[in-house]
Amino acid sequence: MLFDLEIFLQQLVSPEYMWGAFISVAVAVLALVLATAIGFFVALGRTSRKPLLQAPANAYVWFFRAIPALLVLLIMWNALPQLIPFFSQDWFTPFIAAFIGLGLVEAAFMAEIIRSALLSVDDGQALAGRALGMSPTKVMLKVTLPQAIRIALPPTGNEFIGLVKYSSLASVISLRELLTTAQVGVNITFRYAEYYAAAIIYYLIIVSILTVLQGMVEKKFTWTSKVKVKKTRALASATKAGLS
Amino acid sequence: MILLPESSDIERTVDQPVLNVKNLHKAYHGQEVLKGVEFEIRKGQVKAVLGPSGSGKSTMLRLMALLEPADQGEILLNGNIIGTSVRNGKTSHLPERVLAKQRQDIGMVFQKFNLFPHLTACRNVMLGLTSVKGVSHTAAREHAMEMLERVGLANRADHYPSELSGGQQQRVAIARALVLNPAVMLFDEPTSALDPELVGEVLDVMEKLAAEGMTMIVVTHEVRFASRVASEVSLFDGGVIVEQSPPDDFFNRPQHERTRKFLSHVH
Ligand SMILES: Nc1ncnc2c1ncn2[C@@H]1O[C@H](COP(=O)(O)OP(=O)(O)OP(=O)(O)O)[C@@H](O)[C@H]1O
Ligand SMILES: [Mg+2]
Repeated sequence: MLFDLEIFLQQLVSPEYMWGAFISVAVAVLALVLATAIGFFVALGRTSRKPLLQAPANAYVWFFRAIPALLVLLIMWNALPQLIPFFSQDWFTPFIAAFIGLGLVEAAFMAEIIRSALLSVDDGQALAGRALGMSPTKVMLKVTLPQAIRIALPPTGNEFIGLVKYSSLASVISLRELLTTAQVGVNITFRYAEYYAAAIIYYLIIVSILTVLQGMVEKKFTWTSKVKVKKTRALASATKAGLS
Repeated sequence: MILLPESSDIERTVDQPVLNVKNLHKAYHGQEVLKGVEFEIRKGQVKAVLGPSGSGKSTMLRLMALLEPADQGEILLNGNIIGTSVRNGKTSHLPERVLAKQRQDIGMVFQKFNLFPHLTACRNVMLGLTSVKGVSHTAAREHAMEMLERVGLANRADHYPSELSGGQQQRVAIARALVLNPAVMLFDEPTSALDPELVGEVLDVMEKLAAEGMTMIVVTHEVRFASRVASEVSLFDGGVIVEQSPPDDFFNRPQHERTRKFLSHVH
């Protein structure tokens, strides 16, 4: 059996694959947003000096780092609706269960990334902000956080890629993301190579787009004046023009 | 009979210290760093503080700037106790929100500048105005530019700290503290982290400030600056102010053995 290019290309542009890829990315994006939000507060708790804030934050990280993501998804989808009627209603779809489940697990990892990013900002920064008379919240938002974000960006990009891949775990709760889409096709046609190759292409495209986006965001956080770059460029081209 | 206390009251407000520190104590891990510091400064005065490394000069300034709580003692700004409140004879530290408000009146310049690297020079100076005093962006920018002009850096307004020399960064840091119009400016070894050839430009700015009447406390190792600009020079050692006198007396006729010893090392 040879690699059938036609089947491969057909699948590559099929709406099923595009939808599957979209679901994978959407789950990853929403899970990361949730994880960053929860992770930020967990990180604040873990860097706090108050035991009352520290203990629950530590417990969160301890718990969700220990439990496999797959188990969390199964609990979210199967156990939760049994225990709490609120989750047995129509709104609770595999998609929602997947992004919340992955987000909860990922929050433990984001908390650690954010915590080390916050700690790596020089103490003198908050000191200078406080000396200006800024409130603790203002110091966090205007001084510490912008610098911590820059440090947290590269590892967060890694986490996002991880989440795109982890979204395939949600096949156990019958979410039709990218890999499930490929698997379903394979089960009918047995064209393993063509269907899996199409999935590979999609994963590569997703990660490539992310890498470009990440580069653009990181450039925003380099903190050098564009004015200067433009000027030197203008100067360079002016001298070139003068030479020719 | 009634007029007498009134007139002395007036005299007191005119001659009242801007900053007055009484019996300040501070210990870290059981090690006492400040052992009852007494210090006061009047409007327009420049006080230089010399002292051996690790003796607690930075600690003293951080406490004066309300950046850390004192274990004991009082800090008065224009006659009012700051940093603590006394209720029913019990002294308690004020909450961070209240401290933040009180800190606006005290400017602080750090040894390592501590400029915000994610903001341009102008934005560094503006931040206190926009996020503390609630000044509008346009007004803040205008005011910040005036301050940068004062420290001779208006042409570097849109540069980031990483694009400025150490001397330029410290001058921006001075502008950043100055823009909030503090009652007193505290300098913690402002030139110690600078290459020798950059020290002069920062000291020049500080000398200009002094000439304009700014009340300043300067912890420094720059003996020449202290003798030329300061109204009084102090020696800080062993957790207390050991000696305090006009520069001429301090450097040429020191009263204390420890001052003589210290001066023999720096000269
Ligand atoms: N936050 C802190 N925690 C623990 N110990 C501290 C702290 N800050 C200062 N110390 C200690 O207090 C002592 C005085 O420190 P401080 O920085 O005030 O001295 P200094 O006179 O400013 O010295 P230098 O000339 O080196 O700047 C030192 O022994 C230092 O180790
Ligand atoms: Mg010091």
